[in-house]
Formats: sequence, structure tokens, C-alpha cells
Amino acid sequence: MLLLVVFVLTACAYVFGRTRAATLRKNGESLHSLPRYYGYLTAIYTAVPALFILAFWSAAEPTYLKHSTTNTLPAEIRALPEGELNLVINDIKNIATGGITQNTDDAVRESSAQHYADRKNTSQLLKSIFVVLASLLGALYGLSKISVHTRARIFVERTIMTVLIACSCIAIFTTVGIVLSVLFESLRFFNKVPFTEFAFGLHWSPQTSIRADQVGSSGSFGAVPIFAGTLLISAIAMLVAVPFGLMSAIYLAEYASSNVRAWAKPLLEILAGIPTVVYGFFAALTIAPMLRNVGESVGLSVASESALAAGLVMGIMIIPFVSSLSDDVITAVPQAMRDGSLGLGATKSETIKRVVIPAALPGIVGAILLAVSRAIGETMIVVMAAGLTANLTINPLEAVTTVTVQIVTLLTGDQAFDSPKTLAAFALGLMLFITTLILNVIALRVVRKYREQYE
Amino acid sequence: MNEEVTPLPSLEQDQTSEQTIEEIVASLGETVGEPRVDDPKMSVSNVNVFYAEKQAIFGVDLDIANNEVISMIGPSGCGKSTLLRCLNRMNDTIPICKVTGELMLDGEDIYGKDTDPVLLRARVGMVFQKPNPFPKSIYENVAYGPRLHGLNRNKADLDDIVVNSLKKAGIYNEVKNRLDESGTSLSGGQQQRLCIARTIACSPEVILMDEPCSALDPIATAKIEELIDELRENYAIAIVTHSMQQAARVSQRTAYFHLGKLVEVGDTDTIFTNPSHELTENYITGRFG
Repeated sequence: MLLLVVFVLTACAYVFGRTRAATLRKNGESLHSLPRYYGYLTAIYTAVPALFILAFWSAAEPTYLKHSTTNTLPAEIRALPEGELNLVINDIKNIATGGITQNTDDAVRESSAQHYADRKNTSQLLKSIFVVLASLLGALYGLSKISVHTRARIFVERTIMTVLIACSCIAIFTTVGIVLSVLFESLRFFNKVPFTEFAFGLHWSPQTSIRADQVGSSGSFGAVPIFAGTLLISAIAMLVAVPFGLMSAIYLAEYASSNVRAWAKPLLEILAGIPTVVYGFFAALTIAPMLRNVGESVGLSVASESALAAGLVMGIMIIPFVSSLSDDVITAVPQAMRDGSLGLGATKSETIKRVVIPAALPGIVGAILLAVSRAIGETMIVVMAAGLTANLTINPLEAVTTVTVQIVTLLTGDQAFDSPKTLAAFALGLMLFITTLILNVIALRVVRKYREQYE
Repeated sequence: MNEEVTPLPSLEQDQTSEQTIEEIVASLGETVGEPRVDDPKMSVSNVNVFYAEKQAIFGVDLDIANNEVISMIGPSGCGKSTLLRCLNRMNDTIPICKVTGELMLDGEDIYGKDTDPVLLRARVGMVFQKPNPFPKSIYENVAYGPRLHGLNRNKADLDDIVVNSLKKAGIYNEVKNRLDESGTSLSGGQQQRLCIARTIACSPEVILMDEPCSALDPIATAKIEELIDELRENYAIAIVTHSMQQAARVSQRTAYFHLGKLVEVGDTDTIFTNPSHELTENYITGRFG
């Protein structure tokens, strides 16, 4: 409601500002900018301070109300521990807003609720007054600024830039926040389990006893088997994705006629649009049994949840990723390179092999590294198809587990958020994050370093 | 300008006037001058080129002789580059391009069924408008062609070919100490001479040059022109150029194209001092183009 008022005021300010600037202009004043910029200027002065006040007030209000209400409570309630006190306050809030509570007949709470409601009303009223006042004052100030000396266009441009910077900062701060939260939880984990055990231990069995008298494993947190599983599955996936993706990219970029390209490329990209869950049950229900049957017929024992099945399907999922990026890179190789090679009497495939691919190689390597980090971070397929057993093996026919699968299993269901078991998930997440980060950095470096070679 | 001259057909005109391009071309008349030479290296007879429906070259006859530079001049879009690219079938890479007529190399039809365009391009080398060295070392750039065609028996052979080609292209002294540096690290003029060395390394018989100096500064241009004059001793050379001074400096014969038609061809001296066709005269005196 208040927001709406501010918006209306802002709109009015814009119209007033523009009209006023236009009038000045008509009277022969040589204004710095076009009238509409003076309109924007007035609008900015109207909206920004008012919105800031609104935001701060709304943020501070609950704290103030809580504090003020707590002071009206008798000392013995105030002396209660933090958690119980919060419950009381919640009760009071509920009474004040007419909600259902258990202790409606409690006189103390009733009076506090009355107090709370009063304060809240006052606060709301003051907030409205201040916001509207700020916006009006801003409008007046803005209008008074409309003169020959104000360079409105520059002011507006700066404001737009500030807004854009603020928006990009949100993404950055979120990333920083995620990193920090994962980092601190991981540090808590490493307080309980030594880093050396985590990084070099060969046994992963994160079950810990919840009660002291419980019989159960004390938990061991050697992350090597699950990282090995991740690597195994990623390697299988890349073995599938790189040749197929690259070759289809070469076909699309060099051989396909524009007609074929027009439908083949979107078709390939549809592969990328299939949800990973769908790939997951395709792997678990179709590929894995098929592999087991084939394995039985040639006398191999294939686990029903094998690394091979998960890796194959993950590879298929990544094909469009590799092919689309490589296709872009190959197409970006200048035609002059191809002409030069063909003009020397090279065949088409010789040209591709000796000139186009080498010229596009940095980009292709970048594409592959990005695909690897995608494979390492992939979760759904491996959850459904790769199994949970932390085997330390390089046999693709056995079941293995991956980092992402372990994170999912550690954090799903009811968990205590301070046991090593759950904290281990954060440590795994941190390691995974670092791994993909390093890969991405290398990929970007490689791409950047060689990008200008043929320009 | 002479008031009585009838308006010349030009590219601007054919969009506004009622005449179709075919009619304008017909009005240009027969080619002036002698397109044939004794013992031609390459011979073009009644060649038409189409890009999809649009005709770009109209019934051109032209010979390219050994030990001679022939320059092709004319306003933009007159089809000179198109004709050049027909001579080593580079137009094959453009799917909509269609060529009719007869193009002979040493009496063999280069568009014939038995001709392999890949082998043809080794015999008829091409230097492009923009220097386009491969992003490989200088050595690898020159060794590229010989390696493809198996011209060398061993590494020493290849070294010889590379050094000789670089020498012939007049760039050896500038790059002899850095053969393993990237070809793209050279200056524009050096890159273009590297491209010429690369072409020579395939031991071609004909060299086609498509505006080889248009991306270069005057000093680099002078070096390339000097080089073209030297290369004439061993190769038949056809060069497309926008610079009439360049045509006058490097070529023995000149062919003037207009709207896809060969208007006039003859000795360079004659063309530049005493052109017979009105369009040629207007072009070389700078009235249009």
C-alpha cells in the first residue's frame, strides 16, 4: 500500500519535473539535458530516499517491537531462557493479531499483546508519515534542482550504473555467502574428524551412533573411495561424450548443409533439455539391466547398479554440451584458414584435421573441461543409477558411489545438524566446489590464452 | 566530361532502370582486344558463372600465358575475383555456385570428370586478399603443402623446400632465426609473403593472387610487387587488383571486366595508354569505379 503511494508520487514527480524543465526550456533557458532527464532526476529524488526509509524501518520494526514488548513482561518471564522467551513473544504476537493460542486467558500476556498492538500501530503510522514525507521532500528538492546548473543526464546515467552494480553484487555476495557457509561447516567437521583422515582415509562409512549406548559403527570418513567413484564415473562419461560430441560438432560445423544443421542442432540441444531425473531412471531401469543381461551372457558379473551404466548415460547427457560448445568454436575459425588450406591442395578432411581443429583446439579443450566439471557435479543420474556402496575400485562393472550421491544421502531425512555425519556433507561439498572451481579456472585460462591466436 | 556520351551502364543503374543485367551486358558488345595467346598455360572459353539464379560472369574468353603476369581490373562486383576462383575451383566450396563453359590447364578440362580439384589446387596455387597464415609456426606454415602432397622424402628434403620457398618469397632473411615462431606473429606484409612462400612450396605451375596487397601498407606492397615480378620467371601469374598503378607496374597483359563481362584485354601498355573501349578509358582515367 505504502509502496503504491510512493510509486504514484514518483510518477507525479516525473511528470512535474519534465513539465517544469520543458517550461524552462521554452522560456529560453539553455538546459544541460533533455526535459525527460529532469523528470527522471525528480523521480529518483522522490523514490530513492523514501524506499530506503521504508526498507530500514521494515527491517528494524520487529526487533524494536520485540524489545519493547519484552520490557512490559514481568521479570520472571524475562528471566526465561532465550528459546522459551521467544515462544512467549510469539504467543503475544498471535494474541495481538487475533490468532489462536493456548493461553488466551493469561492477563499478563493480554496486556502485553495490547501493548504490542499499540506499538505496532504507532510504528506503522509513523512509517507511513515518514515515507510519504521523505518522498515529498525529495520531490521538492528534485524540482528545486531543475536549473541550468544541474546536469541531469549525467546524474541519471550514474544512478542507472549504481543500480546495475548493486544487482551484480547480489550474485557475487550470494556466491561468497555460499562459500563461507560451506567453509565454516566444513571447519566444524574437521574439528571432529582430522583432515588427514578425510583426505587420505580409504574407508567411508558415515554412520555414527546417535546415543552413547547405541551399538553401531563410530563412523569413518575416508573420502578417497567416493572421490575415486566420482572420477571413475566422470571418466566413463567423458569417454562417451568427447568423441561423440566432438565428431558430431565437426559434422555439424563442416559437412552438414544448412538445412540439416537447421534441424539437427536444435534436436541435439533437446538432449540438453531433458531433465536429469529422466536420464536417471533411463539409466537405472533400462541401461543397467541391459548391461547386466549382456554381462551375464558373456559370463561377467555386472552389478545392477554399475558405474558403467551411470557413466554411459551421463556421457550421453553431456554430448550436446560438448558438441554445442565445440560447434561454436569450430564455426568461429575464420573461413580464410579453410580457404588457405584448400587452396594449397588439401582435402576437406585434411583441412579439418590439420588446420581447423588445431585452430579451434583451445576452445574445444575449454568445452571439455567445462563438461568435466558438469560431470563431476552431476547428481540425479548417479543417485538413481550408481548405488550407495563406497567401493574403492576401478572396475566399471561394480557399484560405486560419488561425492554428490553421498551429500544427498547424508542430508536427506531428519538429521542432527551438528553430528559429524551431516557435517561431512559440507566437507564433501567444499571439496567438490574446489575441484570444479579449479577445472573452470583452468578451462577459462586455456580458452583465453589461445583465443586470439588466429585473429 | 563529354556531354554527348550516353549514360554508362553501371551497377547503380541496373537497379533503377528497366533494363535487366543481361540486356546491359549485351549492350557492352564483344570483347575488345585479343584474349588468346600462343601456347597458353590456362585457357578460359565461354565461361558463365551463376550464384544461384544470379549470373556473375557472362561468356568470358581469356588465356593465361607462361612467364607472364596478367592483371584483372574493374569496378567492385565485376566478377574478376569470381573468375579467379574458378581457375582453381575454389568456388566449389560455395554450394550455390555453378560454372559452365570450358576451363583448360595444359589442355585438360579442369572441370572435367577426371580432374581432382585437390590436385588441381596444388598445381594452381592461390594467395588471398587478407594474409591468412595458419596459427602454426613459420616452418609448419611452409611445410604444410609439401607434407600433404608428399613432396619430400625425408626431413632434410623438407628443410630444403621450406628454406628455398622462403628465399623465393624474399622473406627468408627476415625469419631465418625464428622459424619456430607463430606465423601470426609476423607483420601484415611478412604474413602475405609467408603465404606466397607457402604457395610456392607446393611447386605450383600457376599462381592466382586475389588483391594480395589490399590489406598492406605501401612499403609492404612494393616488396610484394617486386616479388611478383621475380616470380614471373617460373610461373604463370594472374592477379586481381583494385590498384591501376599496381596493374601497370606488375603485369604484361591487362583484362578489364565490367558487370561480369570481359570488356577489353590486351598489353598493359596499350590498355593504359590507348584503351579502345569507352568503359575501359573511363575506368582507368578514374571517372568511375
